[in-house]
Amino acid sequence: MAKLTFREDLCKGYGLCVNACPKHILALSNTRLNQKGYTPVEMTKPEECIGCAFCATMCPDCVITVER
Amino acid sequence: MAVVFEKPKSLTDTVFHYCPGCTHGIVHRLVAETMDELGIEGKAIGIAPVGCSVLAYNYFACDMIEAAHGRAPAVATGVKRALPDRVVFTYQGDGDLASIGLCETVSAACRGENITVIFINNAIYGMTGGQMAPTSLIGQVTQTSPYGRDPKTQGYPIRICELLSTLEAPAYLERVTVNSVKNVKNAKKAIKKAFQNQIDGKGFSLVEVLSSCPTNWGKTPQKALEWIDEAMIPQYPLGVYRDKEAE
Repeated sequence: MAKLTFREDLCKGYGLCVNACPKHILALSNTRLNQKGYTPVEMTKPEECIGCAFCATMCPDCVITVER
Repeated sequence: MAVVFEKPKSLTDTVFHYCPGCTHGIVHRLVAETMDELGIEGKAIGIAPVGCSVLAYNYFACDMIEAAHGRAPAVATGVKRALPDRVVFTYQGDGDLASIGLCETVSAACRGENITVIFINNAIYGMTGGQMAPTSLIGQVTQTSPYGRDPKTQGYPIRICELLSTLEAPAYLERVTVNSVKNVKNAKKAIKKAFQNQIDGKGFSLVEVLSSCPTNWGKTPQKALEWIDEAMIPQYPLGVYRDKEAE
């Protein structure tokens, strides 16, 4: 079981993390906008996260904190 | 649960001004993680360039100096000679290091100054709006080469690692990229080694990072990362070009 925390207002919504996720459980929101007006990333199936931190590794804006 | 990944302490809380999808942020983070791991935040001095990363002094939590365009290795030389116990690094783009600052780069490498240079190569002038850089690829369309770079009039792309590897003095030259998780991890190792070399007094270390510029390349962030694999790596092969320790 792993937990991701997003510093959502820093997200620029370009999805490098979405493409890096081996479990395909990240997606850009299609219902919300953040402070900057981008569509922030969110988890579709939090229970399937393995905490590999690939998403955080590819995120240029240090949005993601990974706990495991 | 334990935290396995978070923002490094050597980065400030300032929000990066970089365009969405730009990999400058990844390299900033790798440098900051290296400073955290080596415990040198308090004694590191960074030299910021002119270019997209001109505001790097807002992002790194160590002492920073802003150099005139291209002159970062010269400023770093002065700082390192005056304060030899400090860890001095420059963070430069290709317009800064390979164009206007080529003289300073080659001279500092030739003297074997004990500094660390992080060189971001994205094959274009990003901040000024996408003009052709010395590192632009043959046929690459930019603002100033609208029909693609033609070697007859605009010459060939410059390969910095190969160029510097002809010199005697440099201790460590490596080219890496950050377009996949595996490559980011390799880039981290190279950057850490470049800093460690300086602490060990080995001399001039340069890490060239192939980076993306989705905005000026006119590609989506993901396509830009793929373009590094398809177009840039054949022109700029990854690898170690000099490692005095291994020789």
